[in-house]
Amino acid sequence: MDLFATIVVDGLIYAGWLFIVSVGLTLVFGVLNILNIAHGSLYAIGAYASASLVGAYFAAGGDAFPYGSYAALILAAVLVAVVLGPLLERGLLKYFYGRDEVLNVLVTYAVFLILEDVMKLIWGVNPYFVYEPYTLLGDVEIGPLFYVGYDFAVIAAAIIVGLAVWLTLNRTQIGKVVLAVIHDAEMSQTMGVNVQRIYLGAFTAGAFLAALGGALTAPMISVTPGLGANVIIVAFAVVIIGGLGSVPGAAIGALMVGISRAASVHLLPEAELFIVYFVMAIVLVFRPEGLFAKTKARKI
Amino acid sequence: MRYVLFLYAAIAFVVLAAGSIILPDWAMFLFAMALAKGLVCLGIVAMMRGGVVSFGQGLYYCIGAYTATLAANMWGLSDIFLLTLLSSAVCLIVGVIFGPMLATYRGIFFAMLTLALSMVLYGTLSKMSVLGGSDGLNIAPPTFLGWAPEGRDLQTALYIYVVAIVVIAGTLMRIYFDSEQGLITLATRDNELRVEYLGASVRKVMAYNYIFAAVLGGLGGTIAVLALGHVDPEFAFWTTSGEFVFVAILAGYMSVPAVFVAAIILEVVRSFSNLYFPNTWQLSLGIFLLIVIVTLPNGLGSLLSRRKGGKT
Repeated sequence: MDLFATIVVDGLIYAGWLFIVSVGLTLVFGVLNILNIAHGSLYAIGAYASASLVGAYFAAGGDAFPYGSYAALILAAVLVAVVLGPLLERGLLKYFYGRDEVLNVLVTYAVFLILEDVMKLIWGVNPYFVYEPYTLLGDVEIGPLFYVGYDFAVIAAAIIVGLAVWLTLNRTQIGKVVLAVIHDAEMSQTMGVNVQRIYLGAFTAGAFLAALGGALTAPMISVTPGLGANVIIVAFAVVIIGGLGSVPGAAIGALMVGISRAASVHLLPEAELFIVYFVMAIVLVFRPEGLFAKTKARKI
Repeated sequence: MRYVLFLYAAIAFVVLAAGSIILPDWAMFLFAMALAKGLVCLGIVAMMRGGVVSFGQGLYYCIGAYTATLAANMWGLSDIFLLTLLSSAVCLIVGVIFGPMLATYRGIFFAMLTLALSMVLYGTLSKMSVLGGSDGLNIAPPTFLGWAPEGRDLQTALYIYVVAIVVIAGTLMRIYFDSEQGLITLATRDNELRVEYLGASVRKVMAYNYIFAAVLGGLGGTIAVLALGHVDPEFAFWTTSGEFVFVAILAGYMSVPAVFVAAIILEVVRSFSNLYFPNTWQLSLGIFLLIVIVTLPNGLGSLLSRRKGGKT
């Protein structure tokens, strides 16, 4: 029973983190039709930026009010999104809309390679540690198990992010416009929607979510180069499982991957590294386009 | 027409093999690695002709390399011909298992599934301490039908061997590309549904392409591990596969020689940026990749065919 509870709690924590990273990826794919490998770089940059910013916060006397470091985390993600989102979308990606999907993956792969080195140039290759925000929330006791409170804050953040994205898309005017663009960009354009601006907004929002994922993770790990390469592949698996472009799909995908990974860690540790892809392969065998994919008419 | 092709193949062999006389040691190693990787990329191009791109060709590159290494370490097998034969046979079997299953997937889903398979292998190998875990394994230099060369002789022999394999594989793939199956592949790229309605089995064609690519991947992996003397799970990591896709995109799907030219270009660009910008070689590679995508969206091969008057 304890083992079961451990698996569920660990799985939920992992799923929460995964969801924050994946929902941005699926949003960008849904609107721009680009599977963004550079999402992993944005994640890593978010982690670095927050490590720097939180470090600076405590260096500037933040000890007096340590909870302010959470604001620093989120501010870091906003900064990354505001700087890099428009830069990448306006500066590069807009020239590739409507091109072959796989070619676009390659474009973002190139961006990924470039950003990997840019990160090393800015932050060097030594690890960064910002443990303060992690220990601030104390411990949580569930039966015989102890957890760090911060882990549950990540789950809460994931739920807030999920609700925010879902409500924005389905309950606001701007969200309806975004859905219209996802459905048919050309038709929306003729109806007077500024599609370019929607693309820019969606990409920046995606970048923010990636950076937020990184920023929230930074206190839990040591921030080192190569962080993005592992994250992006797992996030891919999540959005593919859920169906590309689907927000509920990303949530289900994150849960499936999170729980199965936690189960594997506790029951079959050898399988930890590939259980994610295994789950994805199984889902794709039965649902070739993912769980929540929209059916498309084939053109002859 | 066919004997013109053989003539070209013979010329290609002579020109490439001449490299063994004029190239310095470091360049010969670089070319051998580039050609070995080119074989893997040729497999990706075979699939690309049908409109699908595998993001996990490192799977076969890695299987080929590990098969050769294990055969050498466990059974003392060192003959390069036997090693090559064995690893391509293993890759053939794996390809036959997965090929028909993957043949129904397209676009991003095909890319992600192939990626998943290679990452499963990566994960497994990293955790298996019997196979060296993430440190990998070493392999002794190969022998050639009982002849065990050393130093420059070994390099030359290995280089000539990879050139021969490249020319043979390239010629065979050209013949395949021009065959009925190969042309159906091209038609599938344009419009899959139409091909189905005309009575051809797209699924069968895709499975064949995948299987050929698997064998080519195994060949490339075997030669690469023999040239390097070492294999580790990174062979199956997604960034390795990403490089193969990069070469395939750089080459385009129209020309076979372009694949190897592209592989050599990548290897040269990488070595030189490694040398001159040791901290920013990924950055240079990324910029190079972007330039290629912008200026040559159909790859190097499109330059050749444009000169021939648009014949593809």
